Amino acid sequence: MKNVIIVAALVLAFAAGLTFLLGRHPANWAGVDETVVEKYAEAAGRPARKPYINTDQGDLLLFFFLIAGAAGGFIAGYCFRELFPPEKKP
Amino acid sequence: MNPGRLVYALLLLAAFALPSTAQAMHISEGILPPQWAALWFAIAIPFVAWGLRDLRVKSAREPFFKPMVGLIGAAVFVISCMPIPVPTAGSCSHPCGTGMAALLIGPTLTVVVSSVALLLQALFLSHGGLTTLGGNIVSMGIVGAFTGWAVFRLSCRLGLPVWVAAFLCGLLSDWATYAATAFELASALHGDGSLLHLFATICLSFLPTQLPLGIVEGVITAGVYRFIATRRPSLLECLGVEARRGPCACGRKMEGVQ
Repeated sequence: MKNVIIVAALVLAFAAGLTFLLGRHPANWAGVDETVVEKYAEAAGRPARKPYINTDQGDLLLFFFLIAGAAGGFIAGYCFRELFPPEKKP
Repeated sequence: MNPGRLVYALLLLAAFALPSTAQAMHISEGILPPQWAALWFAIAIPFVAWGLRDLRVKSAREPFFKPMVGLIGAAVFVISCMPIPVPTAGSCSHPCGTGMAALLIGPTLTVVVSSVALLLQALFLSHGGLTTLGGNIVSMGIVGAFTGWAVFRLSCRLGLPVWVAAFLCGLLSDWATYAATAFELASALHGDGSLLHLFATICLSFLPTQLPLGIVEGVITAGVYRFIATRRPSLLECLGVEARRGPCACGRKMEGVQ
Protein backbone atom coordinates (compact mmCIF):
# COMPACT_ATOMS: atom_id res chain seq x y z
CA MET A 1 0.00 0.00 0.00
CA LYS A 2 2.87 2.33 0.87
CA ASN A 3 4.49 1.74 -2.53
CA VAL A 4 1.20 2.42 -4.33
CA ILE A 5 0.84 5.77 -2.54
CA ILE A 6 4.45 6.72 -3.38
CA VAL A 7 3.99 5.83 -7.07
CA ALA A 8 0.64 7.68 -7.25
CA ALA A 9 2.22 10.77 -5.64
CA LEU A 10 5.12 10.68 -8.12
CA VAL A 11 2.75 10.33 -11.11
CA LEU A 12 0.61 13.25 -9.89
CA ALA A 13 3.70 15.40 -9.26
CA PHE A 14 4.98 14.57 -12.75
CA ALA A 15 1.61 15.44 -14.33
CA ALA A 16 1.47 18.73 -12.41
CA GLY A 17 5.02 19.63 -13.47
CA LEU A 18 4.25 18.78 -17.06
CA THR A 19 1.07 20.89 -17.06
CA PHE A 20 3.03 23.83 -15.68
CA LEU A 21 5.91 23.39 -18.13
CA LEU A 22 3.83 22.89 -21.27
CA GLY A 23 1.45 25.71 -20.34
CA ARG A 24 4.21 28.26 -19.82
CA HIS A 25 6.82 27.28 -22.36
CA PRO A 26 6.31 28.70 -25.87
CA ALA A 27 8.42 25.96 -27.54
CA ASN A 28 7.00 23.51 -30.10
CA TRP A 29 9.29 20.66 -28.91
CA ALA A 30 10.39 19.74 -32.43
CA GLY A 31 13.26 17.27 -32.74
CA VAL A 32 16.72 18.52 -33.64
CA ASP A 33 16.35 16.71 -36.94
CA GLU A 34 13.80 19.36 -37.88
CA THR A 35 15.40 22.33 -36.15
CA VAL A 36 18.98 21.54 -37.16
CA VAL A 37 19.55 18.70 -39.67
CA GLU A 38 16.69 19.40 -42.10
CA LYS A 39 17.08 23.17 -41.73
CA TYR A 40 20.66 23.10 -43.03
CA ALA A 41 19.84 20.44 -45.63
CA GLU A 42 17.03 22.57 -47.05
CA ALA A 43 19.25 25.66 -47.05
CA ALA A 44 21.77 23.67 -49.13
CA GLY A 45 19.08 22.54 -51.56
CA ARG A 46 18.86 18.93 -50.41
CA PRO A 47 15.63 18.61 -48.43
CA ALA A 48 14.77 15.28 -46.86
CA ARG A 49 12.61 13.01 -48.97
CA LYS A 50 9.91 10.66 -47.73
CA PRO A 51 11.17 7.28 -46.46
CA TYR A 52 11.01 4.34 -48.91
CA ILE A 53 8.73 2.55 -46.47
CA ASN A 54 6.67 5.47 -45.26
CA THR A 55 5.02 4.46 -42.00
CA ASP A 56 4.47 8.10 -41.07
CA GLN A 57 0.81 8.03 -42.09
CA GLY A 58 -1.92 8.67 -39.55
CA ASP A 59 -1.67 6.37 -36.56
CA LEU A 60 0.42 3.82 -38.45
CA LEU A 61 3.67 5.18 -37.03
CA LEU A 62 2.26 5.05 -33.52
CA PHE A 63 1.38 1.38 -34.09
CA PHE A 64 4.90 0.58 -35.30
CA PHE A 65 6.46 2.44 -32.39
CA LEU A 66 4.34 0.49 -29.93
CA ILE A 67 5.28 -2.80 -31.61
CA ALA A 68 8.95 -1.79 -31.58
CA GLY A 69 8.73 -0.73 -27.94
CA ALA A 70 7.00 -3.95 -26.93
CA ALA A 71 9.52 -6.11 -28.83
CA GLY A 72 12.49 -4.13 -27.47
CA GLY A 73 11.10 -4.29 -23.93
CA PHE A 74 10.44 -8.03 -24.17
CA ILE A 75 13.94 -8.82 -25.50
CA ALA A 76 15.57 -6.56 -22.91
CA GLY A 77 13.52 -8.10 -20.10
CA TYR A 78 14.19 -11.67 -21.25
CA CYS A 79 17.95 -11.13 -21.48
CA PHE A 80 17.95 -9.17 -18.22
CA ARG A 81 16.44 -12.12 -16.35
CA GLU A 82 19.06 -14.44 -17.80
CA LEU A 83 21.90 -12.17 -16.75
CA PHE A 84 20.43 -11.04 -13.42
CA PRO A 85 18.25 -13.88 -12.14
CA PRO A 86 16.02 -13.12 -9.15
CA GLU A 87 17.86 -13.54 -5.90
CA LYS A 88 16.73 -16.56 -3.90
CA LYS A 89 15.08 -15.66 -0.63
CA PRO A 90 16.54 -17.54 2.38
CA MET B 1 11.84 -1.69 -3.76
CA ASN B 2 14.49 -4.13 -5.01
CA PRO B 3 16.91 -2.16 -7.27
CA GLY B 4 16.90 -4.97 -9.86
CA ARG B 5 13.12 -4.84 -10.14
CA LEU B 6 13.22 -1.05 -10.33
CA VAL B 7 15.67 -1.09 -13.26
CA TYR B 8 13.62 -3.85 -14.94
CA ALA B 9 10.41 -1.85 -14.51
CA LEU B 10 12.02 1.37 -15.79
CA LEU B 11 13.40 -0.45 -18.83
CA LEU B 12 9.98 -1.83 -19.71
CA LEU B 13 8.32 1.53 -19.05
CA ALA B 14 10.82 3.27 -21.31
CA ALA B 15 10.22 0.70 -24.02
CA PHE B 16 6.46 1.16 -23.93
CA ALA B 17 6.67 4.94 -23.70
CA LEU B 18 8.13 5.47 -27.16
CA PRO B 19 6.25 8.34 -28.75
CA SER B 20 5.39 8.69 -32.41
CA THR B 21 7.71 11.49 -33.47
CA ALA B 22 11.16 10.38 -32.61
CA GLN B 23 13.75 11.81 -34.89
CA ALA B 24 16.88 13.60 -33.83
CA MET B 25 20.45 12.82 -34.66
CA HIS B 26 19.65 10.43 -37.51
CA ILE B 27 20.15 11.94 -40.95
CA SER B 28 16.90 11.61 -42.87
CA GLU B 29 16.40 9.96 -46.26
CA GLY B 30 17.74 11.85 -49.25
CA ILE B 31 19.79 14.50 -47.45
CA LEU B 32 23.22 13.08 -48.32
CA PRO B 33 24.26 13.17 -52.00
CA PRO B 34 24.88 9.66 -53.47
CA GLN B 35 28.70 9.90 -53.48
CA TRP B 36 28.75 10.89 -49.80
CA ALA B 37 26.22 8.20 -48.88
CA ALA B 38 28.41 5.62 -50.66
CA LEU B 39 31.54 6.85 -48.88
CA TRP B 40 29.98 6.46 -45.43
CA PHE B 41 28.76 2.97 -46.35
CA ALA B 42 32.31 2.07 -47.49
CA ILE B 43 33.67 3.23 -44.12
CA ALA B 44 30.95 1.48 -42.09
CA ILE B 45 30.98 -1.97 -43.72
CA PRO B 46 34.48 -3.10 -42.51
CA PHE B 47 33.59 -2.12 -38.94
CA VAL B 48 30.33 -4.09 -39.10
CA ALA B 49 32.25 -7.13 -40.44
CA TRP B 50 34.83 -6.74 -37.65
CA GLY B 51 32.01 -6.60 -35.08
CA LEU B 52 30.30 -9.71 -36.47
CA ARG B 53 33.57 -11.62 -36.27
CA ASP B 54 34.06 -10.49 -32.65
CA LEU B 55 30.50 -11.54 -31.83
CA ARG B 56 31.15 -15.08 -33.10
CA VAL B 57 34.46 -15.40 -31.25
CA LYS B 58 33.25 -13.95 -27.93
CA SER B 59 29.94 -15.85 -27.96
CA ALA B 60 31.81 -19.12 -28.37
CA ARG B 61 34.11 -18.24 -25.45
CA GLU B 62 31.60 -16.80 -22.93
CA PRO B 63 28.07 -18.30 -22.67
CA PHE B 64 26.66 -15.14 -21.04
CA PHE B 65 27.74 -12.98 -23.96
CA LYS B 66 24.73 -13.52 -26.24
CA PRO B 67 22.12 -12.43 -23.68
CA MET B 68 24.36 -9.47 -22.83
CA VAL B 69 24.49 -8.40 -26.49
CA GLY B 70 20.70 -8.95 -26.72
CA LEU B 71 20.08 -6.77 -23.68
CA ILE B 72 22.43 -4.02 -24.85
CA GLY B 73 21.05 -4.17 -28.40
CA ALA B 74 17.48 -3.76 -27.17
CA ALA B 75 18.57 -0.92 -24.89
CA VAL B 76 20.40 0.91 -27.71
CA PHE B 77 17.36 0.45 -29.98
CA VAL B 78 14.97 1.87 -27.38
CA ILE B 79 17.27 4.66 -26.18
CA SER B 80 18.15 5.84 -29.69
CA CYS B 81 14.53 6.36 -30.71
CA MET B 82 13.30 7.92 -27.48
CA PRO B 83 13.21 11.71 -27.76
CA ILE B 84 13.71 13.58 -24.52
CA PRO B 85 12.33 17.13 -24.21
CA VAL B 86 14.98 19.64 -23.15
CA PRO B 87 13.19 22.54 -21.40
CA THR B 88 16.18 24.89 -21.71
CA ALA B 89 16.15 24.51 -25.52
CA GLY B 90 12.43 23.93 -26.11
CA SER B 91 13.20 21.04 -28.44
CA CYS B 92 13.62 17.26 -28.26
CA SER B 93 16.51 14.97 -28.96
CA HIS B 94 17.57 11.48 -27.99
CA PRO B 95 20.58 9.93 -26.27
CA CYS B 96 22.34 7.15 -28.21
CA GLY B 97 23.30 4.53 -25.62
CA THR B 98 26.46 3.72 -27.55
CA GLY B 99 28.78 4.87 -24.76
CA MET B 100 27.11 2.46 -22.34
CA ALA B 101 27.20 -0.28 -24.98
CA ALA B 102 30.89 0.26 -25.77
CA LEU B 103 31.73 0.15 -22.07
CA LEU B 104 30.01 -3.22 -21.60
CA ILE B 105 30.38 -5.15 -24.86
CA GLY B 106 33.21 -3.25 -26.56
CA PRO B 107 33.19 -0.84 -29.51
CA THR B 108 33.12 -3.36 -32.36
CA LEU B 109 29.99 -5.11 -31.07
CA THR B 110 28.44 -1.73 -30.42
CA VAL B 111 28.81 -1.05 -34.15
CA VAL B 112 26.82 -4.24 -34.83
CA VAL B 113 23.98 -3.50 -32.39
CA SER B 114 23.81 0.13 -33.59
CA SER B 115 23.61 -1.03 -37.21
CA VAL B 116 20.72 -3.38 -36.42
CA ALA B 117 18.91 -0.67 -34.44
CA LEU B 118 19.42 1.93 -37.17
CA LEU B 119 18.30 -0.48 -39.90
CA LEU B 120 15.08 -1.36 -38.06
CA GLN B 121 14.38 2.31 -37.38
CA ALA B 122 14.96 3.21 -41.04
CA LEU B 123 12.77 0.35 -42.28
CA PHE B 124 9.78 0.56 -39.99
CA LEU B 125 9.86 3.75 -37.93
CA SER B 126 10.56 6.41 -40.61
CA HIS B 127 13.53 7.32 -38.44
CA GLY B 128 16.77 7.95 -40.36
CA GLY B 129 17.00 6.57 -43.88
CA LEU B 130 18.21 3.64 -45.95
CA THR B 131 20.50 5.74 -48.17
CA THR B 132 21.85 7.57 -45.10
CA LEU B 133 22.26 4.36 -43.07
CA GLY B 134 26.04 4.29 -43.64
CA GLY B 135 26.42 7.86 -42.38
CA ASN B 136 24.26 7.14 -39.33
CA ILE B 137 26.25 3.97 -38.55
CA VAL B 138 29.50 5.94 -38.77
CA SER B 139 28.34 8.73 -36.45
CA MET B 140 26.38 6.72 -33.88
CA GLY B 141 27.95 3.29 -34.11
CA ILE B 142 31.59 3.92 -34.93
CA VAL B 143 32.45 7.42 -33.68
CA GLY B 144 30.18 7.23 -30.62
CA ALA B 145 31.33 3.76 -29.60
CA PHE B 146 35.07 4.17 -30.15
CA THR B 147 35.11 7.61 -28.49
CA GLY B 148 33.27 6.31 -25.43
CA TRP B 149 35.48 3.26 -25.18
CA ALA B 150 38.72 5.28 -25.58
CA VAL B 151 37.60 7.87 -23.03
CA PHE B 152 36.73 5.13 -20.53
CA ARG B 153 40.09 3.37 -20.95
CA LEU B 154 42.04 6.64 -20.76
CA SER B 155 40.14 7.81 -17.68
CA CYS B 156 40.83 4.51 -15.91
CA ARG B 157 44.52 4.74 -16.80
CA LEU B 158 44.61 8.27 -15.40
CA GLY B 159 43.38 6.82 -12.10
CA LEU B 160 39.89 8.33 -12.10
CA PRO B 161 37.21 6.39 -10.18
CA VAL B 162 35.48 3.91 -12.48
CA TRP B 163 32.05 5.55 -12.12
CA VAL B 164 33.58 8.89 -13.20
CA ALA B 165 35.17 7.15 -16.18
CA ALA B 166 31.75 5.64 -17.02
CA PHE B 167 30.12 9.08 -16.79
CA LEU B 168 32.73 10.63 -19.10
CA CYS B 169 32.32 7.68 -21.47
CA GLY B 170 28.57 8.34 -21.85
CA LEU B 171 28.95 12.12 -21.99
CA LEU B 172 31.68 12.28 -24.62
CA SER B 173 30.31 9.46 -26.77
CA ASP B 174 27.05 11.41 -27.06
CA TRP B 175 28.77 14.67 -27.95
CA ALA B 176 31.11 12.91 -30.38
CA THR B 177 28.12 11.31 -32.14
CA TYR B 178 26.50 14.68 -32.74
CA ALA B 179 29.82 16.23 -33.77
CA ALA B 180 30.23 13.43 -36.33
CA THR B 181 26.70 14.04 -37.62
CA ALA B 182 27.56 17.74 -37.94
CA PHE B 183 30.71 16.84 -39.87
CA GLU B 184 28.83 14.51 -42.22
CA LEU B 185 26.25 17.19 -42.94
CA ALA B 186 28.84 19.95 -43.32
CA SER B 187 31.08 17.91 -45.60
CA ALA B 188 28.16 17.03 -47.90
CA LEU B 189 26.36 20.36 -47.87
CA HIS B 190 28.98 23.12 -47.62
CA GLY B 191 29.15 23.63 -51.40
CA ASP B 192 31.38 26.62 -52.15
CA GLY B 193 31.28 27.78 -48.53
CA SER B 194 33.69 26.93 -45.78
CA LEU B 195 33.44 23.37 -44.43
CA LEU B 196 34.79 24.45 -41.05
CA HIS B 197 32.33 27.32 -40.75
CA LEU B 198 29.30 25.14 -41.54
CA PHE B 199 30.59 22.40 -39.22
CA ALA B 200 30.95 24.90 -36.35
CA THR B 201 27.51 26.39 -37.09
CA ILE B 202 25.77 23.00 -37.02
CA CYS B 203 27.66 22.02 -33.83
CA LEU B 204 26.51 25.25 -32.19
CA SER B 205 22.93 24.54 -33.27
CA PHE B 206 23.08 21.12 -31.61
CA LEU B 207 24.61 22.57 -28.44
CA PRO B 208 21.52 23.80 -26.46
CA THR B 209 19.83 20.40 -26.75
CA GLN B 210 22.81 18.10 -26.69
CA LEU B 211 24.76 19.73 -23.86
CA PRO B 212 22.23 18.68 -21.18
CA LEU B 213 21.38 15.40 -22.95
CA GLY B 214 25.05 14.41 -22.96
CA ILE B 215 25.05 14.86 -19.19
CA VAL B 216 21.91 12.70 -18.96
CA GLU B 217 23.63 10.03 -21.04
CA GLY B 218 26.67 10.20 -18.76
CA VAL B 219 24.45 9.71 -15.71
CA ILE B 220 22.69 6.74 -17.38
CA THR B 221 26.03 5.12 -18.22
CA ALA B 222 27.42 5.62 -14.71
CA GLY B 223 24.11 4.34 -13.26
CA VAL B 224 24.18 1.18 -15.36
CA TYR B 225 27.80 0.57 -14.38
CA ARG B 226 26.94 1.11 -10.71
CA PHE B 227 23.96 -1.25 -10.93
CA ILE B 228 26.01 -4.10 -12.43
CA ALA B 229 28.88 -3.47 -9.99
CA THR B 230 26.43 -3.82 -7.10
CA ARG B 231 24.26 -6.64 -8.42
CA ARG B 232 26.74 -8.85 -10.29
CA PRO B 233 30.33 -7.53 -10.15
CA SER B 234 31.76 -10.73 -11.67
CA LEU B 235 30.06 -9.77 -14.94
CA LEU B 236 32.21 -6.63 -15.19
CA GLU B 237 35.34 -8.72 -14.73
CA CYS B 238 34.30 -11.20 -17.40
CA LEU B 239 33.44 -8.37 -19.79
CA GLY B 240 36.88 -6.86 -19.24
CA VAL B 241 35.51 -3.64 -17.73
CA GLU B 242 37.36 -4.34 -14.49
CA ALA B 243 40.54 -6.32 -13.84
CA ARG B 244 39.89 -10.02 -13.26
CA ARG B 245 40.42 -11.33 -9.75
CA GLY B 246 39.84 -14.95 -10.69
CA PRO B 247 38.53 -17.25 -13.43
CA CYS B 248 35.29 -16.23 -15.11
CA ALA B 249 32.33 -17.98 -13.50
CA CYS B 250 29.49 -16.20 -15.32
CA GLY B 251 28.88 -19.00 -17.77
CA ARG B 252 28.74 -21.69 -15.10
CA LYS B 253 26.40 -19.57 -12.97
CA MET B 254 24.08 -19.10 -15.92
CA GLU B 255 24.02 -22.80 -16.69
CA GLY B 256 23.00 -23.39 -13.07
CA VAL B 257 20.17 -20.91 -13.39
CA GLN B 258 18.80 -22.36 -16.60
